[in-house]
Formats: sequence, C-alpha cells, structure tokens
Amino acid sequence: MDPGAALALSGLTVLVPAGEHRPFYPSPGQETVQVATFAMDATPVTHAEVLAFVRDQPQWQRGRVKRLFADERYLSSWAGPTDLGTLDPLAPATELSWHAARAFCQAQGGDLPTVHQWEHAADATADAPTGARQDPATLSLILDWYGRGDTPPGPVAQGAPNLHGLYDTHGLIWEWTLDFNSLLIASDAREGGDQDRMRFCGAGAISAIDPADYASFMRFAFRSSLKADSTTRDLGFRCAYPLSP
Amino acid sequence: MLPSPRIFLSVVLLSACQGEPASPEGADPAKSVVSKGSSGADQGPPQGEPVRAILTQAPAVPPPTGRNAPAKVIVELEVREVVKPISEGVDYTFWTFGGDVPGSFIRIRQGDTVEFHLQNHPSSKMPHNIDLHAVTGPGGGAASSFTAPGHESQFTFKALNAGLYVYHCATAPVGMHVANGMYGLILVEPPEGLPPVDREYYVMQGDFYTVGKYREKGLQPFDMQKAIEENATYVVFNGAEGALVGDKALQANVGETVRLYIGNGGPNLVSSFHVIGEIFDKVYYEGGSKTQENVQTTLVPAGGSAIVEYKVEAPGTYVLVDHSLFRAFNKGALGMMKVDGGDALEIYSGKEVDSVYLADKAEPGAGQAVAQASAELAQGSVTLASQVAAGQALYAGTCSTCHQADGKGLEGIFPPLAGSDFLNADPLRAAGIVLTGLNGPVTVNGKEYNSVMPPMSQLNDDEVANILTYVYSQWGNQGHVVTADQVAKVRASAAMPQGAAH
Repeated sequence: MDPGAALALSGLTVLVPAGEHRPFYPSPGQETVQVATFAMDATPVTHAEVLAFVRDQPQWQRGRVKRLFADERYLSSWAGPTDLGTLDPLAPATELSWHAARAFCQAQGGDLPTVHQWEHAADATADAPTGARQDPATLSLILDWYGRGDTPPGPVAQGAPNLHGLYDTHGLIWEWTLDFNSLLIASDAREGGDQDRMRFCGAGAISAIDPADYASFMRFAFRSSLKADSTTRDLGFRCAYPLSP
Repeated sequence: MLPSPRIFLSVVLLSACQGEPASPEGADPAKSVVSKGSSGADQGPPQGEPVRAILTQAPAVPPPTGRNAPAKVIVELEVREVVKPISEGVDYTFWTFGGDVPGSFIRIRQGDTVEFHLQNHPSSKMPHNIDLHAVTGPGGGAASSFTAPGHESQFTFKALNAGLYVYHCATAPVGMHVANGMYGLILVEPPEGLPPVDREYYVMQGDFYTVGKYREKGLQPFDMQKAIEENATYVVFNGAEGALVGDKALQANVGETVRLYIGNGGPNLVSSFHVIGEIFDKVYYEGGSKTQENVQTTLVPAGGSAIVEYKVEAPGTYVLVDHSLFRAFNKGALGMMKVDGGDALEIYSGKEVDSVYLADKAEPGAGQAVAQASAELAQGSVTLASQVAAGQALYAGTCSTCHQADGKGLEGIFPPLAGSDFLNADPLRAAGIVLTGLNGPVTVNGKEYNSVMPPMSQLNDDEVANILTYVYSQWGNQGHVVTADQVAKVRASAAMPQGAAH
C-alpha cells in the first residue's frame, strides 16, 4: 500500500481527450457516439474529500440529509455525521446516493460523468485510448475484486493509471454516472419499449455488442439496479468537468 | 347467431376432457382435485393467517406443509456473496441464496400465494434477482426482484403448478451468476401432499469453473473462458466436493424409504444422476407429477429437477454420482448415503471370497508371485527373483495393455519400454511417472510421443518397485533394481494428483 500516492493523486484532475465511443448497448442506427474532451478526477472521490464537503454543506450530513435524497444506509459506516471513525480517509467514499454525489461534484464546479463519458474514459488501457473492454486483464481485475469477498475498498491510486492518468476505473468500486438509469429509458424499438430487458435471463445479451464482455455486463447490470437514493458499500464516484463553461 | 364451427369444436373437446374420470380406481374425491397443470388449479384466495415459510439448507428439507387449503406464505431469502471451500484447501467466492450453495429449500403447497422478499446483503458487490421456475409470469419474478446491494425487493405470485422447481439468479451476466452458485429448489406440493416417507433429503448438482486446475489450492477466481467452453473444473453436489461425504454423508436405516429432491443448477452440464447400489423404486422424472418405476439412472437437466424414492434394504455406503463418471471421480460429483442396520444377507451377501485376480491379461498363478514378494518384503528382504516374478505378473495386469507384453509399446502412441533411453536414464523418474502419470511430449529413442499416461497411484510402493525391477531386467534394459523404500521416497516428494486412478 502506498498512502503517498493516494494523498498526492486524489483531488487531481486529468484531461480525457475527445474520441469516438462504441456504446456497449448502442442505440438503433447509432453504433458510435462522439465524446468531447473533458476533465475528470484522476481517482475516485475519497472519504476525506466528502468529509470536508459535508462539513461545508451540513444538509448532506448523515441524519440531516432528506430521506428522498438518500436511503437509510447513507454514510452509515461513518462513526458520526462528521466523523470517519476507523475508515481510511484515502479510501474511496461510498454509501453516497446519486443526489449526494452530484451535489459534491457541483460544489466543485463539475458534475457526475455521463455513462458515455465514463465508459469512454475507462475504456483506455495503459497505452491505448480504447480496448480495456476487450482486455482480459480488465475482466480479471473485476473478477479478482469480487473474488476477494467481503472486503471494504482500500485506498485509491494503488494500481497503475490508464492512458489518460485515471486510477481505479476497474476493480476498486463501482461508480455513479449522471444518467445511470438511461438504459431503462432508451429502449430498443424492436423490443417494443420493453424496459426490463436488462433485468432477466438472457435479455441483456441480445442487444449488447459483445456477449463475452462480462465486465461490461456486470457494470451495466449494477447501474440498472440502482435508484437515485440508493447507497451501497461498493458504489462511489468521481466528477467530470466541462472544459469551457 | 350460431357459433362458428371452430368454437363449437373446442367446446366439444373441453367437455370430453372434463368427462374423463380423474382416476380409474375412483379415488378419494378430495384427492381428485387434480394437481396436474395450471388450468383450474387456482384454488381460491389464501385462507387463514399468513404463514412464514421454513427454509432449510441442503441436505435438509422442510417438513410437509400439512395444509389442506391454500395459504399466504411469506418467504424471506437473503443473497450473500461468501468465500467458502469448494474442495479441501480451495476457496471460491460463491454467490448464494441464503448463505449456502445450493440455496435454501422452499416448500409450499399448490394454490399458495407467496409473498417473496429478496434481500441483497449490504456487503454484496453485485445486484441480484430471482427467477423461480415455479412462477407463472414474465421472467419468473426476475424483473420484480432486481435488487441492488443493501436493498430488498418484494413481489407476490400464486403457485399454480405442483412440482419440484429450480430457482436461480437471472441478472446479467446470467451464466456467471448461476456458475457462482445462485440456484436452489422450491417444492410446490400437490394439494393432497406427497406420500409420507421416512427420510427426505435435498441434493443439488452444479458445475464450477476456476482459473486454477482441479484441487489447485488457494482462493480460485471464476474462469469465464472455461465457462463458455463448458469445461468444468468442478462438478459437485451441494456446493462443494465432499459436501456429502464422511460425517456429512446422508443417513438412513435399513427398511426405510428415502426421498431425494434432486436439482441441477448447471449452468452448463446435464446430470446422469445415479446411486451406486440402489435402484430408484420411483422417479418423478423432471420433477413433474408422473412417476416411472425401477430406474437406475435419471437425467436431471440443467435448470431442472427430479424426485427419486427408494427403500434401502441392505446396510452399507451408497455412493451418489453423476454417472458421467469423470465428473464423479475427477471433478467431485460424488456423495454418500450411509445405511445402518442389520445385514440382509439374502439380498446382498457382502464379500464371500477374497483372492487375488489380476485381470484377464495376468498369467495364471500370478497372484502367488505377488504374494510371495510381499511376504518376503515383510520379512525384511526380497530377492531379485521374487521381485521380477511379482513384477512380471503385475506388469501383465497393469502395464501391458499399453506398453505391450513385449515392452515394445505402439509406435507413435505408447512409448516402448524395451531398450528405452528415456526409461533407462533415470529409475527414480520412472517411479515418479508410474505414481503421478505423464502428460505431454517426451522423446523416446528419437521418437516423440505425446499422450497421457494416467497415474497408477493405486499401486503399493513394493508393487511399483517390483514392476520397475522387472521391466529393467527385460528386453535389453540396464538391470536397475528399484526398492520399495525408493518408491516410498518418490511418492512422498511427488505432487500426487488427488483422486487419481479410482
């Protein structure tokens, strides 16, 4: 473990160059989408950063947050509303709802990344802007991660960054996206507006571009299980920033 | 207006069906509320107070519902991702319904209305859901039960059809969720219940895919490629090799009737379920309502079930297997039922004669030579002549099928032992090969051979020593003498493949 790396890198942003992105679930007639250049946090947002945020904006403290904006598990691992207890300050902040994560990012002048932005940024390998999805190493990162069983996430930035300088895109936590629920809204015309297609047996495999891409299946399935007030122990976030206002 | 001919015809057919007697014996009218099929199976609204379902972990089965009217049944099932042994010294991250593989057994009655609560433990890293094959409705409940970690979903269904049904997770990637152990059984009793038996057990088969080889120690991750290729590393009953072995064997007493609820979670393999030494008196094949009698092996589809019943007449250990036998002996699909009670010699005598017999290739009198060498060894020393004589007999029984009686092998397939440079180079290596087998290319007398020799670990140290000493004494070989002590050392240092040579 290298706490120095986590300390040095959390809070930094990096540039994600524009590119053509092939969505895992493409819209009919649109195999690729253009993602404009944007900036993104180099690491997931840490407990320490969220602690500073809730001190500054007490309405997002546990016990004060509106129930509409976060479920009962919201920051429940913390020792108190402004006390991390034994949690590692440099571990990624989890147990935050979409509303809270978004409020954090907006307070930094950004927002949550869209699914396309996130997937585009995280598809970079160590030396190429795309290909992580096809890279068996990405899958094994995720398999190893869930294979470790009931272990809370460790500090950020302990592995190697991808080409853009992003750490922990795979294999540390899941991350919120701005339009995490968009898959259920954008339905395939052939499926007659069936909004449940991700949810059961085989349905998700029909329209995905690569049925062997289990890492993406897991990620998209996870996203589609969420509601905006959901909080889970392995779900955190990082922020994206537009290049010009 | 007259009805169209087509409608008219269907009405006639319908009444013809209804006119048939429910049972040729004119059975109890209460029982003739037939459980078959879902039409007409809606037995009205639930009656009485809601009932909380008793859930059990395999191999236990909940008691019969004992109800003669449909009820509202509340089922609470918790999904947990847990690390547990899949074999001795081998851990695997299972995704479970109820903390174990297979998932908790659920027992309800036809016509029951089930209020189902699916809870996904906060420590889970994945969302999960449940598709119960007992559910009539899109997705079998999957769409209504999709649950993020740390959340709970609820849906309600009416159990229209009786039978033994598989349930499983159906979250993408579905095969992977099932491959990690997310399946179990739900029994929907017919209204009249199932006939009473002395014992009921829950056994469910599943195939597992790990990055490491069979019995490679440590925490083993899921191997997606092996799963896609349907190349199982483990095929086991009740979630782990040895889950039904030794102290954990199923129990019964002579004279009892046993009912096994057999499920197969898959995700890939179909089971040829068999109990060695038993004949199933009755099989509700595919977990349905019809029965077949006197069955040796019943097929259990992936995502399917069977109920088997048999009376145990003779004491001893009965071995449950998938009769696709390499799964049983090399991948773990093996369980046991121990039957206690007095001998039933008129049914099964037990061993009446024990004498040495070395297969049809052995020379007559071969057993004597082997016994002679063993006896000498026990006395402290064995002569070379005895070793060679015993080795010759054992060679004829064990080795000659491939390496041939004259030691010349078959060119390109089985390497020669006669005048073999590979063999003569290292007697201890040769002993190791007999014990652990040989897999992959070797060059013998300038020719490459690339086949598989299975481990002969069933041979004793002195038997291996005798075989090798015999081989080295023949066919122009260099006359090495191999001792049982040397073989014992090789055996101790060799990485023995477990479960070899059953």
